Amino acid sequence: MIRGLAGPVSEEPMTTVLRARGLARKYGRRWALRDCTLDIPGGHVVGLVGPNGAGKTTLLKLAGGQLPPTAGDITVLGGRPAGGAAQLARIGFVAQDTPVYAGLSVADHLRLGAGLNPRWDAALARERVERLGLDPAHRAGRLSGGQRAQLALTLGLAKRPELLILDEPVAALDPLARREFLQGLMEAVAEHEFSVVLSSHLVSDLERTCDYLIVLVDSRVQLAGQVDDLLATHHRLTGPRRDPDRLPAGQHVVSASHTDRQSTFVIRTEDPIHDPAWTVSRLTLEDLVLAYMEGPAPAKGRPVLEVRR
Amino acid sequence: MIWLTWRQLRGAAVTTAAALVVLAVVLALTGPGMASAYSTGITACVRDGGCPHFFDRFFDDYEAPFQATTVIVLVLPALIGLFWGAPLVTRELEAGTHLLVWNQSITRTRWLAVKLTVVGGAAVAAAGLCSLAVTWWSAPLDRSAAPGFTLMDPLVFGARGVVPMAYAAFAFALGVTAGLVVRRTLPAMAVTLAVFAVVQIVMPLTVRPHLLPPVTSSFQLGPENVDSFGKSNDEEFPRVVLQSALPGHTGAWVLSSRLADPSGRVTAPDGVPAAVRVSMTSGPCAPSPQAREGAGGMDACLAELNRLGYRQLAVYQPFERFWPLQWIETGAYALLTLALTALCFQWIRRRP
Amino acid sequence: MIEFYLDGRSGVSPYLQLVQQVRHALRLGLLHEGDRLPTVKDVVARLALNPNTVLKAYRELEHEGLVAARPGIGTFVTRTLTDASLAAHGRLREDLRRWLAAARLAGLDDESIEALFMTTFRSSSQEDVA
Repeated sequence: MIRGLAGPVSEEPMTTVLRARGLARKYGRRWALRDCTLDIPGGHVVGLVGPNGAGKTTLLKLAGGQLPPTAGDITVLGGRPAGGAAQLARIGFVAQDTPVYAGLSVADHLRLGAGLNPRWDAALARERVERLGLDPAHRAGRLSGGQRAQLALTLGLAKRPELLILDEPVAALDPLARREFLQGLMEAVAEHEFSVVLSSHLVSDLERTCDYLIVLVDSRVQLAGQVDDLLATHHRLTGPRRDPDRLPAGQHVVSASHTDRQSTFVIRTEDPIHDPAWTVSRLTLEDLVLAYMEGPAPAKGRPVLEVRR
Repeated sequence: MIWLTWRQLRGAAVTTAAALVVLAVVLALTGPGMASAYSTGITACVRDGGCPHFFDRFFDDYEAPFQATTVIVLVLPALIGLFWGAPLVTRELEAGTHLLVWNQSITRTRWLAVKLTVVGGAAVAAAGLCSLAVTWWSAPLDRSAAPGFTLMDPLVFGARGVVPMAYAAFAFALGVTAGLVVRRTLPAMAVTLAVFAVVQIVMPLTVRPHLLPPVTSSFQLGPENVDSFGKSNDEEFPRVVLQSALPGHTGAWVLSSRLADPSGRVTAPDGVPAAVRVSMTSGPCAPSPQAREGAGGMDACLAELNRLGYRQLAVYQPFERFWPLQWIETGAYALLTLALTALCFQWIRRRP
Repeated sequence: MIEFYLDGRSGVSPYLQLVQQVRHALRLGLLHEGDRLPTVKDVVARLALNPNTVLKAYRELEHEGLVAARPGIGTFVTRTLTDASLAAHGRLREDLRRWLAAARLAGLDDESIEALFMTTFRSSSQEDVA
């Protein structure tokens, strides 16, 4: 069951880059992803956020075709993931920790990309390597983490995919390398207009870069939608203590916390809030994501059993 | 993809090629000298009839390099399995680079197919060249080898002709399969070594003798097949120890050589001295001063044993079957290799 | 040409920050009619920002009639906001300085001054809306 907003908020997207129906994946006896139903519209930079182990990598690997689903259906760009070389050519994938061949030079990597991809953009690759100041003869194993990530990104971009998937690409990078990586990615998106799905366990990485957000907690999709819509429909209410059941019908509680006298709710609603008892404040994207990760937490002293899902 | 595979193999391929070149140079420098020493020796011994002695001396002179080259050909497939086969996929899994290459526009099946073909081909070529060079070099030695070192003997058989190529292909496929199943390089190498060693021991001991139905035949006793004859003081009758050699069948692979008594019964297992009911106090087998001085006494005694009806009962593969057995064994290993390859493709499609 | 920056802690969405910065520059006379705004690609590459955010900001500015996009060339400023109010800035700033001096004299520290300003500012803008 998906709490929050299921699928795109309102209008039917013109193109769907990823469509999942009841998608699930099990490792041994543990569900890594459950009941995942999603429609990700095209032309977005999609942020996939959630704590470590929430199932982000699993979802991305299912989309990239590296993992077959245990149950359910997934189509990416209208095709079955890993449905052959033609489908692989349309999807770029930068794996976690941005692996490169340590023994091969930067130039070798570009040659590898040129040999293995029908739509390889050699000019783009060369120009990017030059601008990054990478020495083509340099062994990839001796590159810094940031340079290695940039090399992996170059391979992903020069493939000229319609959808580029990046799994925690900046998690291991220092703030400067992180910024440079995202700058390069965004610049390429502006220039070549492809869709991106990018995962991170840090909202701050996604705040500027993503205009569509998916929150994955505990192997389930908790929230999915365009960032602007999400920010416009979520509010923090602070006021005298009140039971969540006594909120108007249109206001869905995302998270709640109480002290003796005060209640703080994060709610989702399409309607304006008129109740003068509340101080209404805006949420940042980070607040919003954290609210979904926490869930409607019990007040102190109440049994944990009352946590509602 | 072929370029990438070659680029990844380059270091190992260059090392192996360099080692093979060194071996080839050494063999090329020593081979002709040895061949001419052999032909001069043969010409001389045919004239004076001392060929068995010449063979013994000649083989003794070259026994160390003979064994060294044989070991090289035997070990090369194992090394290929360990250092080319096992890390082929695990190295990528451990570095995560499989995720890089699988996300180019190439299916895993094709990726594995190219890797197996290029690296496997190189492995077979290396083993083939190595075997070819050693087979050429050791031709004079193989013709003069002492019993236990002839071409049909298990260790030498595996280091000559075409079977080393089949071993290399099998060891390589075994390494790759172990790598895919175990997913870590070192354990995969250990598994490869263990399984390959077992197969290489089981094959000549239990399978190869039956690749073609062995021949069973009985032979008269003579100096070629009798190792020793004698009596200890506390026994009534003397005992005969047979050699694993057959008169008139030089180079045959003797699977068992036992003594049959006049009624045709075998009295002792293979390799155990068998008692013969012949008098040692009188007759041809009685030790006499004249007999001790020459070989005549022994020959007369063996003639007496033959007259009494004692025979060597041997099960063997004749020397002429060297090439048929080589091809059959090559085919068997090729089938094993194909089975392992099929398993690899199954695995790569199924595994994340 | 204007150079954008983003304040991650302001709580104002990035697209709005861009719009505000252009308006601000127009008001202060830093941007004139005919000036070109940075290309989407440049802004994106500099700020590691989603291109759609920049496009949205430029569309908003276009909608307000402040800029116009000429396809293939760039986005240009069409109107300036340096109206009569610019002249009043000096006087207002002087008033504000005097008020700040008075506040400090009354014993308010920086935080209290900011809080007082913000609450007054908010309540007065709400009254305006209402």
